Amino acid sequence: MSAASARPAVLRIQSDAAHRRRKQVGIGTVYALLIAGSLMFMLPLIIMVATSFKSFNEINSYPPTFLPKEWFPNNYPDAWTYQNTNFPRWTANTLLIVAATLPGVVITSSLCAYGFARLKFPGRRLWFLLVLASIMLPPQVTLIPLYILFFRLGWLNTFLPLIVPAWFGGGALNIFLLRQFYMQIPRELDEAAIIDGANHLTIWWRIYVPLSRPALVSVALLTVLGIWNDFFGPLIYLTSPDNYTLALGLNMFQGLFLTRTDYIMAISTLMVLPMVIMFLLAQRYIVQGFVTSGLK
Amino acid sequence: MTDLAIHPAPHNRKRNPLFWRNTLEGYLFILPVVLGLVIWTFGPMLASAYYSLTDYKIVGEPQFIGFDNYVELFTRDRLFAQSLSVTLRYAVMYMVIGQIVSLLIALLLTQRVRGLGIFRTFFYLPIIVPYVASALLWRYLFNKEYGPINAVLQTIGLPAINWLGSPESALFSMVIMSVWTGAVTTIIYVAGLQQVPEELYDAAKIDGANGQQRFFAVTIPMLSPTIFFNVVTGFIGAFQFFVPAFIMTEGGPVKSTYFYNLNLYEKAFKWLEMGYASAMAWVIFVVIMALTLLIFRSSPLWVYYDGETQS
Repeated sequence: MSAASARPAVLRIQSDAAHRRRKQVGIGTVYALLIAGSLMFMLPLIIMVATSFKSFNEINSYPPTFLPKEWFPNNYPDAWTYQNTNFPRWTANTLLIVAATLPGVVITSSLCAYGFARLKFPGRRLWFLLVLASIMLPPQVTLIPLYILFFRLGWLNTFLPLIVPAWFGGGALNIFLLRQFYMQIPRELDEAAIIDGANHLTIWWRIYVPLSRPALVSVALLTVLGIWNDFFGPLIYLTSPDNYTLALGLNMFQGLFLTRTDYIMAISTLMVLPMVIMFLLAQRYIVQGFVTSGLK
Repeated sequence: MTDLAIHPAPHNRKRNPLFWRNTLEGYLFILPVVLGLVIWTFGPMLASAYYSLTDYKIVGEPQFIGFDNYVELFTRDRLFAQSLSVTLRYAVMYMVIGQIVSLLIALLLTQRVRGLGIFRTFFYLPIIVPYVASALLWRYLFNKEYGPINAVLQTIGLPAINWLGSPESALFSMVIMSVWTGAVTTIIYVAGLQQVPEELYDAAKIDGANGQQRFFAVTIPMLSPTIFFNVVTGFIGAFQFFVPAFIMTEGGPVKSTYFYNLNLYEKAFKWLEMGYASAMAWVIFVVIMALTLLIFRSSPLWVYYDGETQS
């Protein structure tokens, strides 16, 4: 973007004219491909929602229908309150884990990122390299010892294995993302604050945290998304159905009622819906989060 | 004075009390991640290396048995070889198809037309779908008798495919599903394409290059660091594939989707063979590292970094 504005005006005019030509030539094709492609990508979700409103018989009849012949909104309350399930509790559990994890991720990743971005001390480069290396580390290799550790601590079948590690830096990727952001904040700001007698904790809290709000929002949203969608962690650490998260509960439900596609799609829709709303409201932050952690 | 507080001069750093204060302060800031790496990463890695040399069933103490687990893996365990092969085949298929599809979509999403924002939303939306939900959804879409995909195929006169039910197509079906859920790759390609300076296209146009030539002489070289990043992360990610196989097929039919992680999960948490599973974890760790290193080593041949002369 900065490169575009730095171009000489003459060139810019020329290339704009070129773009206009290119536009006229290919615009129909581009739109046709965009529409066909996005339909293909949206169809699975549309089918999920449509199926969640179909009757059990309609789903299992031939030929299949696209939209429901008869709408069955009752699938939702029926599935939500089905015997041997406890979706309200599983939702509450998931929200509890989100609430207990989120502050840990945001606060500790931001503190660490500030340390790596703004403080000079021996070993800083080494530790930052180790943080980066841990991004590449396949999680399999720590899976079993961590399980044994939590077993010894008596933490199995509690939320602690899912919450506590997040308070230790909040994930290497988040530290990296925030550090990138902090490096762009002009140093003059902290130097002025130091003259005024502020220490680094004050500078972090008063200057860096407020200035990095967009990046912190990205980190927070990606964290919520990650916890809401996490399956493997809860699968390993949570054993009694009372402690299940939504993801585990949905899996147990599908295991019990393999053929009830109507109910499974209704619960799936309910589980996806909050994330869809979050994405539509904050797409900018979520996409930016993926981009910043992906590009240098 | 204030400058010293932030950047201690190197020659007097050892004697300067500010140096120690800064060091202490620095470590206090990064303390969470230092502790985290020691407790949740490096400590467990060492423990895992030790467990891999033991017979350990969680109840009782680990019994040291040397390299027996590794010998068993490489000489007798046929499921190990099968699951490794499934994972490698998936990784290669996903790598090729996923990168090409994502790049094509990203090219489409960076065309200069109105209303791109809404189309980006459509293409990106699947990334927020939880794996459990997408696995259940795609199991239904792929269903042989009443699944929507086969319904469409039959409507246009093609034969129905037993997507997840036959060993020939089950793994490929999972690649298709992964391309759908893998929009992060597209997002990163879009960002990469937006960073290609417009002057290069203009210059190429003045030199008379057509669209195809501009793509291969400008877009691909300028995008190669992004391609490199996506290939590396996509590759490491492919080795983490687990949830869809666990939910949709449980590794079947005839172990054709028995991913390495599914095998490891069953060894560890179904049979509680913690020592054996640790050995499996170290084998896959070494395989991933070796292949990643190979990709890194190959990068000077095909990754072009701006400012560097191309040979």
